[in-house]
Amino acid sequence: MERVEKYIPPPNNRTHDRDSTFLSEVVRRSGVNVSLCWHCRCCGSGCPFAADMDYLPNTILRLVQFGLKREALESSAIWICVGCHTCSMECPQAIDMAAVMDTLREMAMESGIQVGEPDILKFHNEVLKSIHRYGRTHKLEIMMRYKLWKQDWFKDLDVGLKMLSKRKLDLMPSKVRNLGKIRQLFVAEREEKKK
Amino acid sequence: MNPGRLKEISYFPGCSLATSARENNQSMLTFCRQSGIDLVELDDWNCCGSSSAHSVDPEVGSQLPARNLSLAPAGRPLLAACPSCYLRLKITHQKLLKDKDARRAYHSRWGRPFNPELEIIHFFDLLAGMADAGNFGDRLNRLKGLRFVPYYGCMLARPPQLRNERNFHGTMENFLSSLGAEPLPWSHKSRCCGTFLSVSRPDIAARSVRKIMDGAAQAGAECVVTACAMCHLNLEIRSALPGKIPVLHFSELLSLAMGIGGGMGWFRRHLIDPRPLLKSRRLIA
Ligand code: SF4
Ligand code: SF4
Repeated sequence: MERVEKYIPPPNNRTHDRDSTFLSEVVRRSGVNVSLCWHCRCCGSGCPFAADMDYLPNTILRLVQFGLKREALESSAIWICVGCHTCSMECPQAIDMAAVMDTLREMAMESGIQVGEPDILKFHNEVLKSIHRYGRTHKLEIMMRYKLWKQDWFKDLDVGLKMLSKRKLDLMPSKVRNLGKIRQLFVAEREEKKK
Repeated sequence: MNPGRLKEISYFPGCSLATSARENNQSMLTFCRQSGIDLVELDDWNCCGSSSAHSVDPEVGSQLPARNLSLAPAGRPLLAACPSCYLRLKITHQKLLKDKDARRAYHSRWGRPFNPELEIIHFFDLLAGMADAGNFGDRLNRLKGLRFVPYYGCMLARPPQLRNERNFHGTMENFLSSLGAEPLPWSHKSRCCGTFLSVSRPDIAARSVRKIMDGAAQAGAECVVTACAMCHLNLEIRSALPGKIPVLHFSELLSLAMGIGGGMGWFRRHLIDPRPLLKSRRLIA
């Protein structure tokens, strides 16, 4: 498959955009020493979704090294990464790419910028809401809420119906008894506690 | 064996095995029971957070598995069947081992002290403990000639902090070939199935699955045998081949070899019907 890499302007022309604290913040939060990356690109050649990303995995690390915060946080790559760890198996420096991606997503959400892949974020949020509600995931409801938001009921309808007919999707959720404890873990409840 | 003397192991099914992959759950429980092991479900377990929790709320992502760890009774290992649940439990346990403050917080939050000894195992660990062929006695040729490709998914591509843990590659090949089946070489054994992208970016997941299933067809496989319930579902849903190749859970094939499973309704639950293949091999009636 053809892929065109996004051009990253050399950082010396872009000093006004560079955030000198970005690198250290990513290193601190992810616990990964991003500076160790050699840019050998072994990670990208292993990554099954590199072709679907706007930046290759090592390019994301490059953006971090250059302090190009907006580019990194607005990228689609950080959302498309599923955390499969194929890249870190290939990486001669044992860089935990998935941990960096986790941190970048978190920072993207905090900074309120335009999320590169809103569909993916929406899906994750629906999963979390389901866990908040039941302590477990209720797949049917997650799908329905996602579809309701996405407004594409008829796409994949055959798949959904087939899953229903094969009882792959339970109509009723399975619930944890001690839900209170679980709900305390979530952001809203954490904020509440801080007040 | 006397059911009163079964060896007890704590068991965390996780959301997939409890719902969409119930056939995986049931065939594994049945197989274990026949092999003298009683999997005792963790009381009131919760979702491990899957990919979504650590993707968007790391605090929740690490606390959800911690609660499950706190529910595990001391003195017996905790088994997870889903590779992703297994990783989440294991990573959380390791973090707690290393971090004193986190252990203190764990104690006060869950009201139970952290158990550093808790052994977290995968279904494959359990199998490794059984003598490969010895357990199957006279059933050695049950799966004779069945040509399959083993599919592990990305579970074995471990994050750097778990690099020194056991690697399960080869388990399915060893077991199934000891039962007469024939593993075929192919190059997609551990290629990621796309996990949640199957819902939120079906275009990407479908492409990935198509590569995997094409690979299976090219290798000349009659079926794909999976180690992960979520991969299983993704392969079935997103496979677009005309003559679709059935996808079986590893535990289903093990049970079939033990002579269980034909009448249990597991195979009716598959989106790609494996029954014609299994019938032609006289594995089910
Ligand atoms: S494989 Fe590792 S060192 Fe090489 S480019 Fe990727 S992250 Fe950097
Ligand atoms: S963890 Fe992310 S970047 Fe690494 S191989 Fe998997 S999808 Fe690609």
